[in-house]
Amino acid sequence: MSYARIVKDGLWDNNVVFSQMLALCPTLAVTGSATNGLGMGLATTAVLLASNVLISAIRHLVSAEVRIPVYIVLIATLVTLVDMGLNAWAHELYKVLGLFIALIVVNCAILGRAESFASKSPVLESAADGLMMGVGFTAALVAIGGVREILGSGTLFANAHLLLGPHFAFLELTLIPDYRGYLLMILPPGGFLAVGFLLAGKRILDRRRAARAEPEAALPQPAAG
Amino acid sequence: MKLEALRAKLSYQTVLLGSVTLLTSGALALASRTTEADIRAAHERDLQQSLAQVLPGKYDNDLLKDTVMIAGADGEVTVYRARRAGQVEAVVFQTVGHGYAGAITCIMGVTRDGQLLGVRVLSHKETPGLGDKIEPAKSRWIESFSGKSLGDPPVDQWAVKKDGGVFDQFSGATITPRGVVRAVKGGLELFAREKPRMLGEMKGAKT
Repeated sequence: MSYARIVKDGLWDNNVVFSQMLALCPTLAVTGSATNGLGMGLATTAVLLASNVLISAIRHLVSAEVRIPVYIVLIATLVTLVDMGLNAWAHELYKVLGLFIALIVVNCAILGRAESFASKSPVLESAADGLMMGVGFTAALVAIGGVREILGSGTLFANAHLLLGPHFAFLELTLIPDYRGYLLMILPPGGFLAVGFLLAGKRILDRRRAARAEPEAALPQPAAG
Repeated sequence: MKLEALRAKLSYQTVLLGSVTLLTSGALALASRTTEADIRAAHERDLQQSLAQVLPGKYDNDLLKDTVMIAGADGEVTVYRARRAGQVEAVVFQTVGHGYAGAITCIMGVTRDGQLLGVRVLSHKETPGLGDKIEPAKSRWIESFSGKSLGDPPVDQWAVKKDGGVFDQFSGATITPRGVVRAVKGGLELFAREKPRMLGEMKGAKT
């Protein structure tokens, strides 16, 4: 599989949230703000990259019959290692991300990539796939979180300095001053609404693109007149 | 291929599963041992920072060493004493409330007169973006406790506004601040009950 394909799949065509419709549980749970979406996305990307590489490296040793328990044990171990490592050596970051890390274990997108890509592909391609799927997931979470945060509390990337350090405080915007907030968007229904509308928007874009591509394909037949 | 034939065998699969589990458990045990000391040190640093936050002012003893155990509602509570010239001026202890998603552990500093110096949340599992406004980094709400005591506001107004009290709730999250307010109230009641032992002035106390 070409790397261009892997990049396109991860970012758009086969996006974890908007095309595979996987990992909706953590997606809906943490996207109350763009910053939370970004944190969850980054932590997931790291685990996805590591699990794809590991599973691809041992793919010849694993029997098809027991592959699922093997993958799950490996992924759970990776997540726990990341959790302990961050807690010990990057404690400030852990205090911000710690909430999300345990949620990664239940992210079926990671098992999904292990099963559908890493178990059949060489290590480098699997690494690229893990990275791009992770970036696509992060972009989706930031988009959903951004929509919910703007509509729900009138800000964007609030508290980003807690996640990325004080240098990124400039990201924190108050888009609608004196906004009293629209609580529904922050609460779980807002998550479903935001995912639904963004999903519909992506489908419309995809359909338009397909419609534009079709006449071109039909171009060789000269139109009468 | 030889490996392929091997992979289909039941015994190979058993050994594979066994060794994967063994290796990962080994890795986890190793990681747990290597990170244990650092994690404990990090938590101690956190504790020291939290102690400093709920104890404005200078004290001349090592709080982490000057402790007393008091029996609270949910088991033993460690009370850290802050002294000035030998006399206990304030105490700091943990108190646990029940939020929307489990326990909320708070730490509170109380002067010897029963006035709150400050309250901080040490750990919680509340909803990000809603309940986490109990963290000082996200909202100044937790500072509303400073200076309060069991008589000010009156005991029956130690509640969030929705329950007829004086403390704000958050839009969309009432259970979280309610849990914290109850925890702090419980802490103050514990202090009122156990004051002589907390201050270490069991006998000959001033009347």
